[in-house]
Amino acid sequence: MTATSWLLVALPALGALVLLLGGRRTNAWGHLLGCATVLAAFVYGLVLFFSTTGKAAGERVADVNLFSWIPVDALQVDFGLRIDPLSVTFVLLITGVGSVIHIYSIGYMEHDDDRRKFFAYLNLFVAAMLVLVLGNSFVTLYLGWEGVGLASYLLIGFWQDRPSAATAAKKAFLMNRVGDVGLALAIFLMWKYVGSTQYSEVFAGVGEIPTGAVLAIGLLLLLGACGKSGQFPLQAWLPDAMEGPTPVSALIHAATMVTAGVYLVARANPIYNETATGQLVVTLVGVVTLLIGAIIGCAYDDIKKVLAYSTVSQIGYMMLAVGLGPIGYALGIMHLLTHGFFKAGLFLGAGSVMHGMNDEVDIRKFGGLWRKMPITAVTFGLGYLALIGFPFLSGFYSKDAIIEAAFGKPGWQGWVFGGAAMLGAGLTAFYMTRLFLLTFFGKPRWKDIKSSDGREFHPHESPAVMTVPMILLAFGSIGAGFFLYSGDRLVTWLAPSLGELAHAEQTAIDPGLVPPLTVGLSALGALLAWLLVARKETPVERPERVSAVVRAARNDLYGNALNETLIARPGTWLARALVYVDNKGVDGLVNGLAATLGGSSGRLRRLQTGFVRSYALSMLGGSILVLAALLMVRFA
Amino acid sequence: MLLALLLLPLIGGILVAFLRDDRVAKRAALAIALVELALVVPAWLSYDPDGERIQQTLSVDWIPAFGVQFSLGIDGIALVMLALIALLVPIVIGGSWADKLPEGRSAAGFYSLILLMEAGMIGVFAATDVFLFYVFFEVVLVPMYFLIGRFGGPRRQYAAVKFFLYSLLGGLIMLASVIGLYVVSARELGEGSLDWATLTEVMQTVDTSTQVWLFLGFFLAFAIKAPLVPLHTWLPDAGAEAPVGVGVLLVGVLDKIGTFGFLRYCLPLFPAASQELAPLVLVLSVAGIIYAALLAVGQDDMKRFVSYTSIAHFGFIGLGIFAFSDQAATGAVLYMFNHGLATGMLFLVIGMVITRGGSRLISDYGGMAKITPVLGGMFFIAGLASLALPGTNSFISEFLVLLGAFGPEPVYTIIAAVGMILAALYVLWAYQRIMQGPVRGNALVGVGSGPGTTIAPEVGAKRGISDLSKREIGVLAPLVVLIIGLGIYPKPVLDVITPSVQDTVTAVTEAPAEQGGN
Repeated sequence: MTATSWLLVALPALGALVLLLGGRRTNAWGHLLGCATVLAAFVYGLVLFFSTTGKAAGERVADVNLFSWIPVDALQVDFGLRIDPLSVTFVLLITGVGSVIHIYSIGYMEHDDDRRKFFAYLNLFVAAMLVLVLGNSFVTLYLGWEGVGLASYLLIGFWQDRPSAATAAKKAFLMNRVGDVGLALAIFLMWKYVGSTQYSEVFAGVGEIPTGAVLAIGLLLLLGACGKSGQFPLQAWLPDAMEGPTPVSALIHAATMVTAGVYLVARANPIYNETATGQLVVTLVGVVTLLIGAIIGCAYDDIKKVLAYSTVSQIGYMMLAVGLGPIGYALGIMHLLTHGFFKAGLFLGAGSVMHGMNDEVDIRKFGGLWRKMPITAVTFGLGYLALIGFPFLSGFYSKDAIIEAAFGKPGWQGWVFGGAAMLGAGLTAFYMTRLFLLTFFGKPRWKDIKSSDGREFHPHESPAVMTVPMILLAFGSIGAGFFLYSGDRLVTWLAPSLGELAHAEQTAIDPGLVPPLTVGLSALGALLAWLLVARKETPVERPERVSAVVRAARNDLYGNALNETLIARPGTWLARALVYVDNKGVDGLVNGLAATLGGSSGRLRRLQTGFVRSYALSMLGGSILVLAALLMVRFA
Repeated sequence: MLLALLLLPLIGGILVAFLRDDRVAKRAALAIALVELALVVPAWLSYDPDGERIQQTLSVDWIPAFGVQFSLGIDGIALVMLALIALLVPIVIGGSWADKLPEGRSAAGFYSLILLMEAGMIGVFAATDVFLFYVFFEVVLVPMYFLIGRFGGPRRQYAAVKFFLYSLLGGLIMLASVIGLYVVSARELGEGSLDWATLTEVMQTVDTSTQVWLFLGFFLAFAIKAPLVPLHTWLPDAGAEAPVGVGVLLVGVLDKIGTFGFLRYCLPLFPAASQELAPLVLVLSVAGIIYAALLAVGQDDMKRFVSYTSIAHFGFIGLGIFAFSDQAATGAVLYMFNHGLATGMLFLVIGMVITRGGSRLISDYGGMAKITPVLGGMFFIAGLASLALPGTNSFISEFLVLLGAFGPEPVYTIIAAVGMILAALYVLWAYQRIMQGPVRGNALVGVGSGPGTTIAPEVGAKRGISDLSKREIGVLAPLVVLIIGLGIYPKPVLDVITPSVQDTVTAVTEAPAEQGGN
């Protein structure tokens, strides 16, 4: 069974290839092919899953080497797949949620001329994501890692004649590349100290790496994870990525790709287990991000951006969990899975609302939509309740487990991390309730206004090809948490990959108090949101006279402004200055030096005119510069 | 076999020059280039990576008085360069098929010069006598000078002269070192020799300071060719003024003579000097990566843009060679090969953009992918190869260079890794400005309406801007296949390169670092 597992990657890759090479000829059936390849991969994944569960726990990890990829002397990078509980879990998430979202896209992209191209890119994404999670070395992971970055770039910029989409796509790719450099450097360190990049050998050799280097590897991997998962300080690209079509936001920027950072930390657990400082930094990043995301989420009026910041915040929870070490790895993955269901469902719901509302995204212009789109309202509502941790829905189990584990850290850490995670839960309830109420309840504010392109709003429910996927995901929002949590089902299943789940020896507060306290805080957040929304009418235009806190939150807590001032503007200036320097300076300096040596500095000006002689001299000047430098090194 | 590879384009080039009919000339040139490509196949197949270092040798006495021989032979490094040349020349001929030549210039002359240049470059890589190498090194300049000076853009005279003088002077300094080598060998052996294999033996025992002086002569010539910052300023001019096909050969192959020279001559002939001066070369290389990448970001002229990306890439190659590790140096050689494909493709694609819009300036374009989606896609693929995305061939080489260099030279490698981010920036920003957004710009909308004017895509089509023709797709398709194919399965090329590179690196690392006078 495992020997043919390359089919998992090959199927969607083939789909992408056919659709890209076929061009317009595939317009009629391209979307069907796109769905078929991912569905087939899902079926294959299910078979693989059951064949793996059939084995004894000790035999559930298998490496399948396909061919020798980069062989240079001692360096032997194989192109291989690792079939183990962790990767199979991700395969099911990616192809399962992927299939549902592919089907939804048939309806959502129906009126787009380039629908087949959209499916080609989606297929490409699925193939790359599967390489990412299935690869059995850090280099194969890196291949998938940048591959999903490419797919994300193509899909964010899918409507590339919109300048904002093109800019957002570029921003996403660049910020990811910053993280990718971290990942690459981590791989170089592994090669330097272990002499291999294969998981099995690196993990076996962790003990021989000096402590400082293990920490460096951990932090560099984390940098990669921050880029991909939109974690502080590389979070700014994710909200902008909402420029892409909504199914992309659901699949890539909520359910799968952005959780790759969590996967990376969990996968590298043997490395993080060796560095307590590294783990602490992961946890800190998670905590900071979950609060930033939640705070900014409260201030936005764009339905997709609120959901995007919510994603940033929820991935913060997952990071927090995997940073806790053996008491948290499996919990992070559990939240990742439940989040995959309810957040994808929420995004598809948002897409359904936009579909019926002339692509409007401003929740101030919605209101009372539940009458017009009841299925969307119910499925979205279930996703919303699951996200805020409503008792016994998906998010309740997975988020509470993380908060409990966070309190398990010794000393001040337990209080700070646990407290922050709990506060985040309250904030989540606040912004999500506000979003939900403003969209589906209250006065239909869209009746008196027109959309930006001058059309009236005629909200309507989406076709079945879109609602059925939403209903499927809603079932996940309801039951996934209980299913995975009960009887430690997921934790036991993942143990061969992540180690046995440990339990904190003592916690800052009694674990029994965590669920009621969290639910209480969430209820408080929801209540505040209800009071805010229901007490007075919401203006369609955004009020501009607001407190400094709200203004800061609306400006992404000045994250973009900071990037702009520190990197973008000086960078542009530097590039411009260097162009000038290179044209006038370096060329001129070489020429000028030649003129001086030639004995006549008065001829300096004329040297620019392209005389044979002047360039003979300029050449000589350059050579003398380098010669002098070489000799200085030699005799210094 | 090597002799046939050398003579075919040489004789073919001369014959093509005498053809009266331009259409016949271009067909003849293409046929010769394709036969040449076919001839490389048996040379590749009969090469044994684990055999002797220099294979398929041929040696004839040439100037016996100075021990100079006409001797040819290849190692794995030279072999992949020969393959690259043979591959790119037919693509360049196909790519230049519909070019409008300047007034009064004949196509026969153009294609004749291309073939003569091919012969010269093959000579450079196949020569195993140092003097013969020097001769080919200088000979190559002549067809290139005429190709830029006669067939280039508006400032072609200026660019051609600048190119010629830089290279010529570098060559003269190298000649001094070649003579020096002869003198040293005469002193050591009693009888002078310029045979490469003999000299590598002789130089092992020569004191470091002599090595340094001789090294410098070779190094300067190669650093100009490669080009390393700050000796790079000829390349943007030459690249911008050269016809697109010639530009492909210039940055794709001709510049590689420099880095090939580092590997074949600087390292094995002067191991102690190489170690001694490596820090400086590393500084120049890494500075080049960052500096040229920033310049590429700021360029408005597309052809200069490609030249600067190329200079940045050469920084990676320099880093790979002078880090002295098997992986880094193998990566560097693979980089030389891959860069020819990737940058060659980028240059060709940009040529296709310029043919359509009539302007070299990025600011004259915008939203072009809307009018010419296939061209946009090709531009994007070439760009991805340029930024070394995994899955493309360039990733393997850049990754190997950085991975191999990290062990011995962590600081330089970390700085070079920043170049990865800058590469993404310059590629994607150029792509965005030329291809994305609404259709706009003088080149696409029509002079007078000004940049920034948004119009419907069909207006662009009315001005005669059409997507890629079958010929153009045919020219680019082999490059796309190789770029992706070698990204997924680079083993055949790596297997050929690795043993020769190991040999080279071992020669340096096992040489004693400091040698006193004797």
